[in-house]
Order: sequence, then C-alpha cells, then structure tokens
Amino acid sequence: MCRDCSCGQPAPESNPEPLPEQPRRLPLHTALLQRNDAGAAALRQRFTAAGVTVVNLLSSPGSGKTALLEALAQRLGSAEGAAPRLAVIVGDLATDNDARRLQAAGVQAVQITTGQACHLEAPMVAEGVHRLSHQGVALGQLELLVIENVGNLVCPGAYDLGEGLRVVLLSTTEGEDKPLKYAPIFHGADLVLISKIDLAEAVGFDRAAAHAAIARVAPHAQVLEVSARSGAGLDALIAALGLATPAVR
Amino acid sequence: MHELSLMEAVRDQALAAAHADGAIRITVISLRVGELAGVELEALRFAFPVAMAGTIAAGAELRIESEPAECHCAACNAPFPAADGCCDCPRCGAISRQLLRGRDLRLLALEVV
Repeated sequence: MCRDCSCGQPAPESNPEPLPEQPRRLPLHTALLQRNDAGAAALRQRFTAAGVTVVNLLSSPGSGKTALLEALAQRLGSAEGAAPRLAVIVGDLATDNDARRLQAAGVQAVQITTGQACHLEAPMVAEGVHRLSHQGVALGQLELLVIENVGNLVCPGAYDLGEGLRVVLLSTTEGEDKPLKYAPIFHGADLVLISKIDLAEAVGFDRAAAHAAIARVAPHAQVLEVSARSGAGLDALIAALGLATPAVR
Repeated sequence: MHELSLMEAVRDQALAAAHADGAIRITVISLRVGELAGVELEALRFAFPVAMAGTIAAGAELRIESEPAECHCAACNAPFPAADGCCDCPRCGAISRQLLRGRDLRLLALEVV
C-alpha cells in the first residue's frame, strides 16, 4: 500500500528508469612482465640445480661482446676431448654469424634470431638451452653459460632471463659518458666491463670519467677493464665469474 | 622499442581480469611506469589504441602513473630523487647503493562497466 498518503492505491514502482551503470574499479597490481618473470624463475631454478654460472651479457651493438667471448673461451680452454666449460646462446635480429664465429673459436653456441624483437625473453633462452642439449651440451656439464643479448642498451634491461649475473659492457670507443645516457640498463648490472681497453689511449678515453659515470648509475656493480685483443683483464673477469683460472701453460 | 609488446601484455591481462569480473567494457586502464624501467611513455601511449582495437577495451582511457627514481642516502639518512638515474646524493655527494623505487612496470587497476 502507498506509504505516503494511505490512499489505498498500490505503491508505485520505485526507480522505473534504471540508472546508467556506474563504472567499478578492479584493483590488479600485476607486473606487466609476469609471464617473462615466471619463465625466468623456472630457468633460474634449472640453472641453480645444474650448478652452472649464467651470465646475461648486454651492450650496444659493436662493443665487442662476441670478441670478448672468443677470447674468454680461448683463455678458459678445455682439454682435448674433455667436456666444454663454456657455452653461448647468442641473440641477434638476423644471421647466425655470431654463433658461427663462436663455433669457429671452439665454443658450443646456438643462435637465436629474434626477427624484429629488440631483446631476448626467457622463453627464447629456454629454446636455446633445448637446442644446446640437442648439440650434446647438458647444463650440468658446463661451468659457464653466457647469454649474449641483442645489441641494444635500452630494451634488454627490462627482461630477466634467469641469469645469476648481469654483465653490461661499455667499449672505450663509445665514450665515457654512455652510462649517464643509458642509466636504466646500468642500474641492473652486477658487473660492468670496459672493453677495448687497449684502444683507450688511441681514442682519448678518459678512464676516471668513465669510472665516475659508472659509479653514479651502477653503484652496485664491480667494474673491470678488459681487452679481447691483448688479453688484459681476462683473468680478473674469469675470477669475477667465480671460475677457476687455468694454470699457466 | 618493445612498447607495443608491453601494451599487448597489458591488453591480455586487462581482458582476462575484465572477463573474470563479468565486465562488458573497460573504460580506464591504469599503469605505473618507473623512470628506470626502460620504457618510453610516448611510445606506450602510441601503442595503446593499436593494441586495444577490436576488444572491449577499445576507446578506454589510458592513465599512466610515472614512478620517479628515488635513492636513500645512508650518510644523510634521507631519500633523494635520483635525477636521470644518477645515484649521487645532491646534499652530500655520496653515492647511494640503495635504489628505493623507479623500476616498476605494473598494471595497477581497471575501471569497468
């Protein structure tokens, strides 16, 4: 019955026109890279279980990542017929040139071509590990697995690949202020390598300025100067990676 | 340039959450992007309508909360903004080893009907 006037008429329908639906808020707080992060966590677990040191090697194109790995492989050596100590998963947009260069240097290497993608993601690394196993390389027999990322100082920094050590390489020919120009990628570095140190004098590289710049944007990182050509710093690098330096032959 | 693939991840997560909620349309998508996340905001905004086209999020508003980089200075026992990702304290010049924030990349919330 009508409550307003006791007139005896049936009560009118309330709100005959439905109100437009109000937007409601759905709080999520999810990481945008959660799929990659889950893949990276699974890889990290496998790497830890296998007891292999895994490095994610980052730099701009042409700073000498591949040359450094060739020199490192030579320095690490491997007795004839013995299991390889080092394997490399190398990413580029196109070509398998780098994998072939590394294989020519005696390194077990697989090439990941990313097409137009500017960085490696965890599933690509899982694929690389799978392909290494098809070449007869088991994680458990390796001491060091290097993931040579796509040459790019911006995008690869956001993607965890399950590595134990993130190594960013800066060459003397790039200029000592590069870390200040590309701070985000240096922030994640555990180790910063100044490569082509044999050219420092020829290109007027200001060592002190470079070290100061790195300290400002990579305060956690250890810093080493290396040269693939002269071999300078290679033993310090091998030690920093936690590997045994081979006896002088 | 990985902003388009990031935006596709935003779309997939947003559509899954909206679907689970029974929503018929997404009107707002809110993100948090750290200054040191290696992401270009303009490129993200450019990728947004491309990634959302043809979905229930087409026409949604993109809200981006930028997260400035901030360090803690142990000497001053106080935080400071890490301008351009540089961790030297503007008060005392000491280099901080403690980044408090600035690397986040997160889907914060949706508004749906």
